[in-house]
Amino acid sequence: MTTPTWTNPIIKWIDYRLPIFTFTQHHLVEYPTPKNLNYWWNFGSLAGVVLVIMIATGIFLSMSYTPHVDYAFDSVERIMRDVNYGWLLRYLHMNGGSMFFIAVYIHVFRGLYYGSYKAPREILWIIGVIILFAMMATAFTGYVLPWGQMSFWAATVITNMFTAVPLVGEAIVNWLWGGFAVGNPTLNRFFSFHYLLPFIIFALVFVHLWALHVHKSNNPVGVDMKGPQDTIPFHPYYTIKDAYGMGVLMLVYLAFVFFAPNFFLEPDNYIEANPLQTPPHIVPEWYLMPFYAILRAFTQEFLWIPAKVLGVIAMFASVGILALLPWLDTSKVRSARFRPIYKQVFWLFFVDCLVLGYVGANPPEGYLILLGQVATAYYFLHFLVVMPVLGIMEKTRPVPDSISAAVTPGGTSGKEDT
Amino acid sequence: MTETATTGTPADAEKSRRDFLLVTTSTVGVVGTALAAWPFIDSMNPAADVRALSSTDVDITPIEVGQAITVVWRGKPVFIRHRTSKEIDESAAMALEDLPDPETDADRVKKPEWLILVGICTHLGCIPLGQRKGEPKGEYGGWFCPCHGSHYDTSGRIRRGPAPKNLTVPTYAFIEDTTVRVG
Ligand code: HEM
Ligand code: FES
Repeated sequence: MTTPTWTNPIIKWIDYRLPIFTFTQHHLVEYPTPKNLNYWWNFGSLAGVVLVIMIATGIFLSMSYTPHVDYAFDSVERIMRDVNYGWLLRYLHMNGGSMFFIAVYIHVFRGLYYGSYKAPREILWIIGVIILFAMMATAFTGYVLPWGQMSFWAATVITNMFTAVPLVGEAIVNWLWGGFAVGNPTLNRFFSFHYLLPFIIFALVFVHLWALHVHKSNNPVGVDMKGPQDTIPFHPYYTIKDAYGMGVLMLVYLAFVFFAPNFFLEPDNYIEANPLQTPPHIVPEWYLMPFYAILRAFTQEFLWIPAKVLGVIAMFASVGILALLPWLDTSKVRSARFRPIYKQVFWLFFVDCLVLGYVGANPPEGYLILLGQVATAYYFLHFLVVMPVLGIMEKTRPVPDSISAAVTPGGTSGKEDT
Repeated sequence: MTETATTGTPADAEKSRRDFLLVTTSTVGVVGTALAAWPFIDSMNPAADVRALSSTDVDITPIEVGQAITVVWRGKPVFIRHRTSKEIDESAAMALEDLPDPETDADRVKKPEWLILVGICTHLGCIPLGQRKGEPKGEYGGWFCPCHGSHYDTSGRIRRGPAPKNLTVPTYAFIEDTTVRVG
């Protein structure tokens, strides 16, 4: 990459001491990007935009929010009724959480489809999995803050999972709670974590992008960029494309904020927390439902390990197993475009996740118990059996020699109309 | 360095001395950091004022046979049930080998007519139903946890469902015939 020569004396003076302009030039302007990225590549930057909105709205909400069991619920109601534009800040924050997960889930499924987790992007992918864990912790602690019935009981059920740890389980939950049940110390520390974690996510996103910029983006064809003919500069081509995607996202996001602000919320969370009354049906937010279904799928002990412990292990493993995917997928071909069977298996897996979500949203009764168990079994089979075996057995279609050969056949110059 | 390197041994001695220093200083550093972390971790444990709220006195005279009340102890619900003689007999008659978490009824009560339990499901911490009139008591006449469907019997023992253990018996004492001190 060429080092730009700056003509403006002030820019020159600063850049000599802190090469921030050169950095921007390299990573946001002339940064070489595959010329064939489709719209599924928008969701990373969209997630970044939502993260910034979450941090901004969160900081301003904190100015009117009181993390105390006697005041938290009322302070959120005050934000809704009395604080100027408080309703807007809260609805942006509440629905922003859902938008964040929609963007990130699409981003992850994009990676699964196009094999973006394969060498040399394993660390990039693993950082993504860590970000996903951190997002879940952030969303969970945030959900507790308004101190409604769902807040309280979600906190109770989730923290109680740690009692599954042998011997020290009880000590761990008392430590998490700062007491002998979910109470004021718990709310206080959840607020502290909820404020902290997004900034950790922000830092992780930086490391994620650092790893990305070493080997650069994968692309729909899944073959590496071989030279300038395969690339276009990030600016203006992808800045404009990302900006367009952001417009579409805002349209959807704001439609929820203004016209269906409580669409994603459980009505029970507008009832103040009551530690002596469990609501008839406890559900997490939609984006955690598949994992909740996996937690509940275990109803029998196995090898003397109690059902509760198995459920908790499986739930964490269901996210953690993604980190092993680069090694579980044995196929040499990245993109599902050239993997006719994987292409179908991918959609099967996608449907499996939807089924798990449906099961997680409903009380575990009747056929849903069995459905949840089958879907959980398939979830793990996909990673542990299907991916390793398919990579060896599958007859892949011929992979093009280069991006240009695939998208601009007959031409060698990247300047051609695609 | 060249002359020592050719002779061999002094360089090796120098190297192992350096290794020793490196290993010992790093170990001290790591242990020191771990020790310094403890106050931070322990600050999250229940504080003195939280621990001080450790007992609750309850007047049990108004609870009639067949009734139950819920009191709060350390922020947790505690069930106090005045059992009927039928419930007492059923609980005592239960064969231990049929229980997922075997415990005799006698080990779970101080006076058979008073069953005192922490009202928290041992699965994931919901409050089982069955305290009030009209609430489902489950298939074994004790409590039913609606969250994931655990059934408890008239001694608060788990009989069916995902909960692994019997409802916990808190430490308590009858300080008078009519007053129980929980905790
Ligand atoms: C990773 C980004 C974040 C996510 C996914 C997230 C998620 C959530 C969720 C789901 C709620 C509950 C909303 C409700 O039911 O009312 C919430 C509440 C809250 N969050 Fe966040 N949050 C994020 C970032 C932040 C940041 C950076 C701050 C502060 C600097 C913050 C401060 C708050 C406050 C004060 C509340 C309570 C007020 C309310 O319930 O609306 N959040 N958050
Ligand atoms: S919490 Fe009672 S059955 Fe799960």
